[in-house]
Formats: sequence, structure tokens, C-alpha cells
Amino acid sequence: MVPTGDAVARLVRDERARVLASLVRVTGSIDLAEDATQDATVRALETWSRDGVPDNPRAWLVVAAKRRAIDIMRREGRRAGKEAAAVSGPPPDPGPAPDLGPDPDDVVRDDLLRLIFTCCHPALAVEAQVALALRNLGGLTTPEVARALLVPEATMAKRLTRAKQKIAQARIPYRVPPAAELPGRVAAVAATIYLIFNEGYAAGTGDDVVRASLTGEAIRLARLLAEVMPDDPTALGLLALLLLQDARRDARSGAGGRPVLLADQDRSRWDRDAIAEGVTLAGAALRRAPGRPDPYATQAAIAACHALAPTWADTDWNAVVSWYDLLLTVQDTPVVRLNRAVAVAERDGPDEGLALVDAIGGLGAYPWWHATRAELLRRLGRPGEAGDAYDRALALPLSEPQADHLRRRRAELAG
Amino acid sequence: MPTYVALHYCEEIDWTAPDMFDDAMKAYGEFEQAAADVVRGSHALYPSASATTVRVPDGPGGDVLTSDGPFAETKEALTGIHILECADLDEAIAVASKIPTTWFGAVEVRPVRDL
Repeated sequence: MVPTGDAVARLVRDERARVLASLVRVTGSIDLAEDATQDATVRALETWSRDGVPDNPRAWLVVAAKRRAIDIMRREGRRAGKEAAAVSGPPPDPGPAPDLGPDPDDVVRDDLLRLIFTCCHPALAVEAQVALALRNLGGLTTPEVARALLVPEATMAKRLTRAKQKIAQARIPYRVPPAAELPGRVAAVAATIYLIFNEGYAAGTGDDVVRASLTGEAIRLARLLAEVMPDDPTALGLLALLLLQDARRDARSGAGGRPVLLADQDRSRWDRDAIAEGVTLAGAALRRAPGRPDPYATQAAIAACHALAPTWADTDWNAVVSWYDLLLTVQDTPVVRLNRAVAVAERDGPDEGLALVDAIGGLGAYPWWHATRAELLRRLGRPGEAGDAYDRALALPLSEPQADHLRRRRAELAG
Repeated sequence: MPTYVALHYCEEIDWTAPDMFDDAMKAYGEFEQAAADVVRGSHALYPSASATTVRVPDGPGGDVLTSDGPFAETKEALTGIHILECADLDEAIAVASKIPTTWFGAVEVRPVRDL
């Protein structure tokens, strides 16, 4: 059966990162691997839409890409190899022709891990890591990455080129970090993926579809990480957290892109499949890190408490506060304290919540600190102070729908 | 094997001050001993007040312009260098992170271009 063009495109995209990862190992050069993979994917799109998808699409792509890589190496070898090497790192070894057979699964897995750790190496700027992850692991084109990150295409192309140059010139290694460094490096990969997710999450479900698609890209990347590190609490916790947050996507904006707070969301619009998967993963992540709680797994546990509660009022606030207590032991930030204070306000009342909120220092420039105070003051029947707090929040930078929401709440005070 | 230069940036170090000499030299000496396998050379520099910046803006054969002091006026000065031969950047970072300058300043790790 000849599949639709869309199905072929999706299949090719899903396999692209693995094919690229294998080719980087075979050729020792990200640039060469990209060219060969690009060529193979173009051929696949043409051939498969016409003749049908082969039994083992990945093997087909890898063979096609390896053949192409051999062609390029031979051609480059004939050119003055030394000059090429001086500008793009070590020359590809034109020695024995790469084995054209399919790679065993564990080899593919290791290749992918190496590529993940290279793209998210801490010696690269975070913006470069994000761009490389989306381009090389997520399989977006350079124009797509540029559009998603609101950067001109030429700037993005330059950023990617510079990042690849640094990898080649400074010899950022293509390997899985040793066990002693692994937790820190996995945390760095997770931070990059979470940043991508938040870029998309902040864009919401409004008109900016390309930016919003970053949440889906981040989930794909987190899936990839969890697939290659199935016993790592951070990898599992990150995927759980992203799934649980994304499960609320359809419910978190109302008419005209207006944000709907968690308390007011129509929970029947939450994605139950994503929640079920997220809750299972969160449990698995927490079981794997009993000694030192993982920040992502712990945040996923909090998200799971909300996801499983039938209503805001019926949320197990005791459990939520306990998870926040645990989170504070590994991630003591003012924003975590603020979120904990909100949960305490629900459990013990607005008085207790406000006392905690007021005790947090350093959030004067954070609009949601003022907005949280405003909400608690309003519940305490202190509309004057609540109005002042709304005004202070509104004086800070906010997106238009967020500001609109706060202005509306402010206006309700008077009535 | 790739070569890296570790450039030490920190507040000026007066290597001739007596207490400085004992404590700092001991720490740097320990580092060099521990990293003997990869250190290919090292130099401590006189303070940047002793530096002379040279320019030949008209190109080859042009007038040589000299000025007193370092090229860049920053709070942190270049105070020393190490030349390291390491397998890759991870190893170079691991070695550089043991240089005492990292405790009170910064060390810039740069790959050397093979020719």
C-alpha cells in the first residue's frame, strides 16, 4: 500500500535523529552526517510515497545515508583534504567503507545518547543547545527552528553553524559522559528540553501555532531521552511533568486566548490519556530516586495531584504541600516558595498563605507575587490593599491576555 | 592530540609579594604536578602594567605604534597561561577546573588550531 505523503513525512521525521546519530558515529562529523541524512530523507520521501514504505524504514535510511556519506567522503578526499580539515575539524576517515548492514538496537540507542549529550553540552550557550536539539534531535528544519524561536532565519543559520564549529574546533566529545558526571549532564539536557517546552507553553494555543508546537517538540525530545535512559529518574520525571502540564492545554485558555487559571479550568477537557501516562511515569521516576528527590519527578508529583483531583476544592492540598516541602529540599527558589504558599492558603486558609507569601523576599519584580497577594487579600476582605497589589502586578511586564485577566479581577473588586 | 591554551584571568597577581609567593606558588605547583601528564607548558605573567600593546595599522612595513598597557582595559587581567594537551574538551575542562585561578578568577580554555 502506498502511504499518504503526510504519513511518510512523519515516519521520516521520527527516524531522522536516530539515522543522524548513527551517521555522526560512522563519519565523525556532524556536518557530513547532516548532509548525508538530509540526502537520504529526501530520497525516502520520493521513493516511499511512490513505491511504499520498506519493511525496515530505519535500516533503509541508514544504508542510503551511509552510501551518500561514502560518496561525499570520496569527493572531499579528492579535494585538498587538509584545507577542509583545518576549517571543519578532523578529516573524515576515508579508510574502510562503513558497514552497510542495519545497526543493532543497543548501538542505535548509544548513538542517540551520544548525540543528545553533544547537542546539550554545557560548553555550548543555552540558545545554541536549544537550536541544536530542535534541529538535530527534533528534526525541525532551520527555518522552522528560527520561526519557533522568533529569530531571523539568517541569525539561526549562523547560530547553528557556529555551534557546530565549536563542537568540531574545541573537540566537544561525541560520547556518553562517565557515570560520575551523568546526573549533572542529564539535568542539563532536561533543562534544555524544559526550556523548549516553556517557550511553547508561554506562547499558548493562540494564533502562534509554530511557537505553540514547541511543547509537542519538547515532549518528543523528552520521550527520546526517556527511551534511551529508561531507568533515569530525571528523564522519566521530565517526561511525566511535560505530559501532565500539556494535558491541560485545551482547558487553559478561554475565549480570545484569555488564560483560565487552574482553579477555574473545565477538567473534562483535560487529556486523560496523557494524564494516565504522566502519573505512571511520575510514580516510576519517584521510585527510582528514593534517596535524593529529583526536581522534575517531584514537580510531576505535584502536577499529578492536580491532574487526579476532581475539582480544585477537592484537591489533596496536604499532599501538594508535602511535595512542595520535598521540592524545596532540592530546589529552594522564591517561585517554588510562592507556589507552596498558594497550596498552604488552600489547606489552612488565606491568612496562613498570605503570611508565607509576605515572608518571601526577592519577588518584587515578579508580577505573580503581587497577583497572588492580591487574590489572598481579596479573600480576606481587604479590597483596598488587594487593589494596590493588582496595580503593582499590572505595572510589571505581562502578556496582553495576562494583563487583561488581572485588570478584570481588579475591576471586580469595586463591585 | 588536540592542544588547548588555558588563559588565566583574574585580578592582577603580584608574584613577587612574599606571602603570595609561598601560598600561591604552592597551589599552582600542586596543580602542575597533578596534571603533569597533560601540561605542555606554563607561564606566569608580570602584571599588565608591564604590558606593551603593539599595532601596525598600515599593514606590513607600516609604522609600529606602541602603547603602554594591555590591549583590553578590563577589571580582570591576563595573569598566566597553561598549554594543555588533552583528548577532548571534557578532559581540558576537567584539567582547567583544577587550576587555582578558577577559585578567584576565571580560566578561558581555547583550542589551538593545528596547522
